[in-house]
Amino acid sequence: MTSPLGPDAATGPRTGRPRRRRVGTGGRRGVPLPLLLPGLVALAFLLLPLLALIVRAPWRTLPDQLSSTQVWQALQLSLVSATAATAVSLVLGVPLAWLLARTEFPGRGFVRALVTLPLVLPPVVGGVALLLALGRNGVIGRWLDAWFGITLPFTTTGVVIAEAFVAMPFLVISVEGTLRAADPRYEEAATTLGASRFTAFRRVTLPLIAPGIAAGAVLAWARALGEFGATITFAGNFPGRTQTMPLAVYLALQDDPDAAISLSLVLLAVSIAVLAGLRDRWMTGA
Amino acid sequence: MTRSVHRTRRMLKVAGAGAAALLALSACSSSTDSATSKDSASSAAAGSSSSPKLSGNVTVFAAASLKESFTALGKEFEQQHPGTKVSFNFGGSDTLAASITSGAPADVFAAASPKTMAIVTGKKDAARTPATFVRNQLEIATLPGNPHKVASLKDLTASGLKVVLCDKTVPCGAAAQKALDASHLKLTPVSYEQDVKGALNKVELKEADAAVVYKTDVHAAGDKVQGVEFPESAEAINDYPIVLLKNAPNTEAAKAFIALVRSAEGQKVLSEAGFLKP
Amino acid sequence: MAADPGRVRTYRPMTDIDAPEAAPTRVGDEGLDARLVVDRGAFRLDVSLTAAPGDVVALLGPNGAGKTTALRALAGLVALTDGHLRLDGAPLEDTPPESRPVGVVFQDYLLFPHLTALDNVAFGPRCQGVPRAEARTQAAAWLERMGLADHAHAKPRRLSGGQAQRVAVARALATRPRLLLLDEPLAALDARTRLEVRAQLRRHLAEFEAVAVLVTHDPLDAMVLADRLVVIEHGQVVQQGTPADIARHPRTDYIAQLVGLNLYRGRADGHAVRLDAGPSLTTTEELSGPVFVAFPPSAVTLFRDRPTGASARNLWRCEVEGMETHGDQIRADLTGELALAADLTTVAAAELDLHPGAAVWATVKATQTHAYPA
Repeated sequence: MTSPLGPDAATGPRTGRPRRRRVGTGGRRGVPLPLLLPGLVALAFLLLPLLALIVRAPWRTLPDQLSSTQVWQALQLSLVSATAATAVSLVLGVPLAWLLARTEFPGRGFVRALVTLPLVLPPVVGGVALLLALGRNGVIGRWLDAWFGITLPFTTTGVVIAEAFVAMPFLVISVEGTLRAADPRYEEAATTLGASRFTAFRRVTLPLIAPGIAAGAVLAWARALGEFGATITFAGNFPGRTQTMPLAVYLALQDDPDAAISLSLVLLAVSIAVLAGLRDRWMTGA
Repeated sequence: MTRSVHRTRRMLKVAGAGAAALLALSACSSSTDSATSKDSASSAAAGSSSSPKLSGNVTVFAAASLKESFTALGKEFEQQHPGTKVSFNFGGSDTLAASITSGAPADVFAAASPKTMAIVTGKKDAARTPATFVRNQLEIATLPGNPHKVASLKDLTASGLKVVLCDKTVPCGAAAQKALDASHLKLTPVSYEQDVKGALNKVELKEADAAVVYKTDVHAAGDKVQGVEFPESAEAINDYPIVLLKNAPNTEAAKAFIALVRSAEGQKVLSEAGFLKP
Repeated sequence: MAADPGRVRTYRPMTDIDAPEAAPTRVGDEGLDARLVVDRGAFRLDVSLTAAPGDVVALLGPNGAGKTTALRALAGLVALTDGHLRLDGAPLEDTPPESRPVGVVFQDYLLFPHLTALDNVAFGPRCQGVPRAEARTQAAAWLERMGLADHAHAKPRRLSGGQAQRVAVARALATRPRLLLLDEPLAALDARTRLEVRAQLRRHLAEFEAVAVLVTHDPLDAMVLADRLVVIEHGQVVQQGTPADIARHPRTDYIAQLVGLNLYRGRADGHAVRLDAGPSLTTTEELSGPVFVAFPPSAVTLFRDRPTGASARNLWRCEVEGMETHGDQIRADLTGELALAADLTTVAAAELDLHPGAAVWATVKATQTHAYPA
């Protein structure tokens, strides 16, 4: 692009967004030691247990361990239910995040605290709470059963519900943070152009916060994939229907730790592949 | 003074070992009872029996089904031996066995099956041969009032009945499978629970209509479930072995605790909880 | 009409800011008629505005005066506490912003960063229900008019400041508003771009058939772009009129400073004005009662020694308080018998050996002063 306006006018973004600075490839220069050392310790701390898992893996018997259909059933169920739980979190969680970030109502701070509750709740307690609410005898569940003949425990839907329960807060918090950081005046600009608040949200805000939504969805997906406590408590454990990988790992651990390690490796490998793939596709250019 | 320092260091060691235990999913949680003060400890010990003076902490890893009776016996033990303190770590026998073989410093291990005990003896972590101290028998837990009129193991195979079993990898599941096989029954539950409490909970919360659990669990659940005995349970009686561990930090107190469990007094407490004598 | 008709006059567009005569137009059902009251506890905005179609009104005022609040109230982004807002006869107080026939050019443009220039401009028509293809055709026409046809498919971050500004104007105009609002339309630009964009904007505003209201703190922008200035201080209108009128007859220190005049308040008795500040001043006008007297800094002549032979009228003993360069001129701020600003050439300043603290005599010819009723 040529412009008579000088180099600054030609390249500087003028839309109110912070200027992105191009970082040179020699970015390692001058990394302060007080940041480098703890950072490396943190990395080692996070990776060492995974490394131990790989070192201790029964590589020789691995093919046998993974040959059972139950393993692949569990893996497939895990992927399907975690993805469905993420979808549920997106459909319901993004609007909730918007409400928390962009509207004023009494007790909003309190509601925000409530949303994070599933994060601190032990997942097993979350599972019990879900049973009490949506179980066959639960506050709402009894009506679902009586009116529609729907029972959620011991079903794949129950798995998705349990996973969404623990995963959605990650998405809501992530999206709400992005919304708070995003300039609300873009929505104002859209309304002055004739957009209703919903249209402004859909056509302006949503694309603007897409990177934050993607990050939140990935977090939620990862959390859902690893979910154990709420799932086994609410949905039980039945191969092919409610037995996800974490459940299979836990139960294998009871009598065959080698099998548990093998299953964990599969779960790890799949997660790494998916997360790395998504990161490249969604997170760059964010 | 020195003792408290010593204890603190030991606690740290416990915590460290717990963190180090690879894949030990349930962390060691010790139920701490009120510690008796040193003064009252020494005065009470003076008037005590002729047994050697015991002191310090006894750490007992015990199967979850032993929680009620062992907690009572722990209090009893602390009263008999002032100056001692019994810490429990209740959990799935397999998880506990994994912690012990990974180096968790425990004095006593009481398992819910010989199979899980074999994990510990197999790694040569036991100080001697385990002894069976109680046995447990399966029972069907149904909703209060037994609305589905369950009377036998066969009744559980009726369609429309939501039954939960323990997973085959845990003792109660293995025992239930044994009983089913013995009577040539095929039962498809709605869920294979990760432990006996999980199975019982599903009935207590009325999510499942019935579960195959231990007599002691039905007993502990009170009137939240109703127990139905079935003859096939005789085919799958579960032995509970107890053993002194090789790396026990407090061998003397641990021996005394095992003795209490096996004594007539201990057996009384255990049978009150629904256990059978060995 | 609830507006204050006694003070409000409207003028037709002018091509020359020095053109003195501007005939008032009648404000009937057409155009803007508003009294904007926004109460925010410590701050209260109470501003009346009227304008006929074709008018360009500039809200001028210092930071925090309430200009932007007034603009946001017109757009519906801030609710009115009191007052009214009618556009072409239709009351708009309770109309949500998306339903108002109002277009806004925001200070930093707020172009949607994820849309191309074309889609930014097509956004408004799309929201009004125009089919996508048609909206894009319209948008392309607007960009063409703005001379931006080549940049239709560029994302905002690829546009220069001037280009972004023109896209923002096109986007606002594409909804065919009956009221166009511009918030500091040139503030985000560097000096060079500004000159060029200002001229273009002036042309587009002159072509615009409905009411345009722009907010600025820059008097030059206001005078070049607007037919009429409304000066706001502390939430109130302190003066309004044509740029020429206001430039010549400032009524507050803020405006006098903006237009670069020395301004004093006083009481006239014939040609003599007794200033509230103390000394008297002789003017050419013959007035009586409260007046303003104004003269430009360039009308002031400085001497180191008391000038001999000159009449003693309009001669004051002063002291240099500060000096700063203004282009090729030096502006000296003086205190003493009369506080005033004086412009002189660099050479003259050197000859006089001016420096802060130096004692000087300042004089102004009566013919260069200008007195008008307060």
